[in-house]
Amino acid sequence: MTAPLLTLINLSLTFPGRAAPALSGVDLVVQRGETLCLLGPSGCGKSTLLRLVAGFATPTAGAISWAGQKPEIGFVFQEPNLMPWADVADNVALPLRLAGMGRRAAAPLVEAALARVGLAGQERALPRQLSGGMKMRVSLARALVDEPEVLLLDEPFASLDEITRWELNDALQSLRGGVTILFVTHSVFEAAYLADRVALLRANPGKIHALVTLDKASASGAALRASPEYAKTCATLSEGLRQAMMPT
Amino acid sequence: MIAKLTPPLALAALLLAWEAAVALLKIPPAQLPAPSVIVATLFANAPQLLGAAATTLSEALQALALAGAGGVALALLFSWSPMLERAFLPVAVALQVTPLIAVAPLLLIYLEPRAAVLACAVLVAFFPILSNAAAGLKAADRGLVELFRLKGASPADILFRLRLPSALPSIFTGLRIGAGLALIGAVAAELAAGAAGQGEGLAFRIVEAGYRLKIPMMYAAVVLLCLCGLALYGAFAGLDRILLRRWRDGAED
Ligand SMILES: Nc1ncnc2c1ncn2[C@@H]1O[C@H](COP(=O)(O)OP(=O)(O)O)[C@@H](O)[C@H]1O
Ligand SMILES: [Mg+2]
Repeated sequence: MTAPLLTLINLSLTFPGRAAPALSGVDLVVQRGETLCLLGPSGCGKSTLLRLVAGFATPTAGAISWAGQKPEIGFVFQEPNLMPWADVADNVALPLRLAGMGRRAAAPLVEAALARVGLAGQERALPRQLSGGMKMRVSLARALVDEPEVLLLDEPFASLDEITRWELNDALQSLRGGVTILFVTHSVFEAAYLADRVALLRANPGKIHALVTLDKASASGAALRASPEYAKTCATLSEGLRQAMMPT
Repeated sequence: MIAKLTPPLALAALLLAWEAAVALLKIPPAQLPAPSVIVATLFANAPQLLGAAATTLSEALQALALAGAGGVALALLFSWSPMLERAFLPVAVALQVTPLIAVAPLLLIYLEPRAAVLACAVLVAFFPILSNAAAGLKAADRGLVELFRLKGASPADILFRLRLPSALPSIFTGLRIGAGLALIGAVAAELAAGAAGQGEGLAFRIVEAGYRLKIPMMYAAVVLLCLCGLALYGAFAGLDRILLRRWRDGAED
């Protein structure tokens, strides 16, 4: 039942004034509904790849082709990037309001999105009153509120403490249904926990070193983290990452 | 507690030393009036001096309003069109480093004294407001700008719903600096206009008292100018705290 949603063909980007390309000849097919993690060392072009997919940057060569029209995309950055003058509800409502929806009409959708990330009832709180983990949840709710088909996340939980990170990984697991997720991380454990497939990237120039399809135990949460499959996946990915980091 | 009390104590000590020096060395008030004499002069001439202070303060505030509106509008225009900014920013920088107070005599040639005072104050207050506002508009969160674009925001949406609110703290800083400068500009122009102008501001009172060698009166006017400056600064610091609480990081107060 796999159907490609996004196809990257020979995608390359060289930043102006740089000799080496940041990305060189990336070919990748993303299936509808899967969670694909982009895993690689810092500076290998993960963010660049995600920004190309979002349309924030234009490739020097190659093509990005969507099955059908370009779908609605939700994007989560490494920082929460909230508007400090707006309360939680207004921050989450942003994509709806920019699409022309009134505050009244947006309210129930905002409420639902907040409930999905475990922040029910926090509509009137201000960003500065929230912990780092809660801000990231708000950012996630904002990305989900207009029901995007595709969710792009660029190391969203990298600056959070371990426990908060697990909680947010669980939150993300629980709202996967139907959404296609591209998740950038440099953490083997996060990739092993979240992904259906992992694209291992290598640097200089940035390209895909290997694609790994994971054996998913049906369990999630603590049970998944304790499972032998999870341990094996972590070992496989670590070895893959080690090879990806070796000079060619 | 002690930290809060030191500044007023230091001020009191200075004033006491001044008062004592004048009394011990028997300095005549026409050379250096004691603080008590200055305060007495202030009270004796309260209606006249307060009227003059109100005039100067209202000149400064009018100038600040004009400079604020103009500076923010121009910063928005620059943010809208980087080409305009590239073209005009060097001019703005050149004018900013020029001590614009020096143009007061020039303004007095072309304009009525009243208008010249206002124009001088506007000129002096304008550029810090422009440059702070421009910097604030530029400094909007890059991720948010990209998110706005991803969600189909128009350039106007980005400018007015993202860049302008992001820039409010910088704009306020510019206004606070501009308020002090507007007062300086107004005073400088009043001084330049001197007795020639039919000015009624505090600086005019200083010039007038100087001609008549009423030294305590000059000191009283200077003290009032200082209080005007402090009032402006305090008002903006207070407004900033109240209006921009949401922008400031940190715990709920
Ligand atoms: N705007 C830019 N201009 C020039 N070089 C850039 C820019 N963004 C990223 N790079 C370079 O491209 C390479 C890949 O960066 P990035 O995609 O951010 O890596 P990652 O997210 O994997 O850490 C790095 O060498 C980085 O220095
Ligand atoms: Mg990155």
